[in-house]
Amino acid sequence: MLRTMKSIRYLLLLAVFGLVAVYSCSGEPVDAGAVLQRGLPADPETLDQHKARSTQAADVLRDLGEGLVGYSPTGELVPAAAESWEVSEDGRTYTFHLRPEARWSNGDRVTSEHFVFAFRRLVTPATAAFYANMLADVVNAAGAVAGDVPAEKLGVEAVDDVTLVVRLERPTPYLLSLLTHPSTFPLHPASVAEHGDSFARPGTLISNGAFTLEAWVPGSALALRRNEKYWNDAATALDGVNYHVVVQDAAELNRYRAGELHITSTVPPDNFEELKVQFGDELRVAPYLGIYYYGFNLLKPPFKDNPELRQALSMAVDREQLATKVLGRGEVPAFSWVPPGVSSYKPTVMSFATLGREARENLARRLYKEAGYSDENPLRIEVRYNTSDTNKKIAAAVQSMWRNVLGVEATLVNEEFQVLLANMRDAEVTQVFRSSWMGDYNDAHTFLSVLQAGSAANMPRYANEEYESLMQRAASQVDDQRRRLYLEEAERVMLADHPVLPLYFFVSKHLVRPEVGGWGDNVLDYHYSQHLSLSATQ
Amino acid sequence: MLRYTLLRVLGAIPTLLLVIVLAFLMVHAAPGGPFDDERVLPADVEANIARAYHLDEPLPKQFVRYLSGLLQGDLGPSYRYRDYTVSELIGNSFPLSMQLGALAMALAIVLGVSAGTVAALKQDTYLDRLVMACSMTGISVPVFVFAPVLVLLFAVKLQWLPAGWSSATGGARLVLPVITLALPQVAYIARLTRASMIDVLGRDFIRTARAQGLGTMTVVRLHALKPAMLPVLSYIGPAVAAILTGSVIVEEIFGIPGLGQFFVRGALNRDYTLVLGIVVFYATLIVFLNLAVDILYGVIDPRVRYR
Repeated sequence: MLRTMKSIRYLLLLAVFGLVAVYSCSGEPVDAGAVLQRGLPADPETLDQHKARSTQAADVLRDLGEGLVGYSPTGELVPAAAESWEVSEDGRTYTFHLRPEARWSNGDRVTSEHFVFAFRRLVTPATAAFYANMLADVVNAAGAVAGDVPAEKLGVEAVDDVTLVVRLERPTPYLLSLLTHPSTFPLHPASVAEHGDSFARPGTLISNGAFTLEAWVPGSALALRRNEKYWNDAATALDGVNYHVVVQDAAELNRYRAGELHITSTVPPDNFEELKVQFGDELRVAPYLGIYYYGFNLLKPPFKDNPELRQALSMAVDREQLATKVLGRGEVPAFSWVPPGVSSYKPTVMSFATLGREARENLARRLYKEAGYSDENPLRIEVRYNTSDTNKKIAAAVQSMWRNVLGVEATLVNEEFQVLLANMRDAEVTQVFRSSWMGDYNDAHTFLSVLQAGSAANMPRYANEEYESLMQRAASQVDDQRRRLYLEEAERVMLADHPVLPLYFFVSKHLVRPEVGGWGDNVLDYHYSQHLSLSATQ
Repeated sequence: MLRYTLLRVLGAIPTLLLVIVLAFLMVHAAPGGPFDDERVLPADVEANIARAYHLDEPLPKQFVRYLSGLLQGDLGPSYRYRDYTVSELIGNSFPLSMQLGALAMALAIVLGVSAGTVAALKQDTYLDRLVMACSMTGISVPVFVFAPVLVLLFAVKLQWLPAGWSSATGGARLVLPVITLALPQVAYIARLTRASMIDVLGRDFIRTARAQGLGTMTVVRLHALKPAMLPVLSYIGPAVAAILTGSVIVEEIFGIPGLGQFFVRGALNRDYTLVLGIVVFYATLIVFLNLAVDILYGVIDPRVRYR
């Protein structure tokens, strides 16, 4: 009897399974026309441009919306919702002229008021925007974010429907690249007012870009359709774009191989050589504005007030070996903090970059000794990294380079990402930690500002008055050339202190099918779907 | 019986409450928060976000806030999927996981029982050994090995079936995930069926049936199958559990937006509300399914009395 009862229990569970299965039939959209299938490494957190944060959200938002300025396929700034603009002599007032023909996906005109509305919402504390500081250089922006000044006081003004004036606290040569970021796109005020927090969902999202949002199944896919009201719709080749959320890079590769994706978001790190042979020109590797580095905790011994020791550790790492042997995917060895390829900037390289391997190692050993360490009294440190195969390989390689060259006894500690972040923030237990930084816009400032004293991202807790003052001076320059010299000098000063150990610069990696047209490699790794096309040849 | 049901429902409340408290404490005890990132936020911005999501409040206050929402049937907004509420995410993903699980279970029973019966009837022949060897392989090879092999074979090489989840592929997208999920269970069920069928076929009443001149198939269908199924039926419980946990891996490999994937991602992202919501949902489901079964016992077996 007992056995029967048990069986009944399970049969009932099974019945529930079955019932639900029968009723769950999906009503997802069917593809038609030229539809591009792209891989996405995770869901966007939201398509509310102010509450979004991740790169994948920004990728989708760049297809849906359009800012004043945009990028060409090869990464040059081009007019977008604004057809032209002027900059005042002091570099502190920008006047944008919007396209009169710009339309929202519901047919409404895109006016300068919509930009003002969006910019104010961005800095309003209650919005809780992740990129609230994107417009930090605009008059009253910082005060508004802190809640000291009402957002209405923000230095943006709609002179008429097509004229927008932006007033800045200081010259900001990179303002135009900031205005390509989705957090500075316009918003359709009526739909935000009507739908509140859920305005950015399929069916309610009114967009002004080349595509509109048709469907979104979290955890699976987003479907975008051509926005026929877009002012430049004639130039859009695709009828739609499907973004498929594929978390595992190996699974994404399989879907590409199976012909289900035209473009992958990345390429698995393993067997890269094989993939190169197999896919040839379909494999696109390009420099990317991002650096992978080890940080030193400058608040605690042994690295506190010990630049010589930090330099010794930095010099003992053979970056070429790391980039070619351990990684081997086209990564660039890093001898500077700002990556090569940043516009109007020449990164300063560390003093030892030009030395041969032997000379470098000898100098490293001397500095190590001078810092008071020897074979009998080796430096014992912990290297923390978040769990991943690549991080592990790199940490092991660095560990052995340190041991071989200096005799350092490094312990590797892998931690879950959130745990590592918490430890980095506390700066209590960390000694050496893995981190990385990706540029938000194409300017050296996005990298150099990380290590400024007030920056929350300054994980090593670097503080140097000379660096601060050079950064301040750069910030007040209207002349691009002089500003650049200050920034380059700032980087030189900082690198000489070795607060960080730059390891390599990232590359973007995609598989792109031959039938995809219009693809351009660029350092920002932005690939607007509106520039892409599909030819019929399979 | 009404009184019994009512008492049981009331008795379930402390259980659920305990589950909620423990889950709440555990997700908050994990280091880091839902909005921590390599790209650290400026202090002002971080303060605004903490305020907007009530993360600046003391933990007890956050708990009371969560509980009062729960009492109104509101599982809160997801921290990671900010355009969706937790109820929406569960509502969308649970049916999918169920569909997958039910189909896999059905496939496992049909295939497993057939294979096991055939093996039992052809005991100690090559066919029997083949079936048993296959099932041993099915038990030994883990899902995360089996799934990519299936994908490589049927999606990449032969291109018969889709490699991932897409609206364009309709029912075909279910085939590989269901097979992957069902396979280890097919193996177990086949072995169980074989053993129990051999046992039953040796009993007196089967001999009697054969003596009456009934054919093998008729004997199996009318007399042997039913008693031989009892161990298999008892195995369905563990099998359902295995399929539920196995679905996490399968959902991830095939990119299926099921509940398992949301649970794992939610934990990694520190999406407090989503993780809590799924825990509460599962706990409630289990408590009430058990209650329903207990009530049904009484319906089936009059000896059970409700007190």
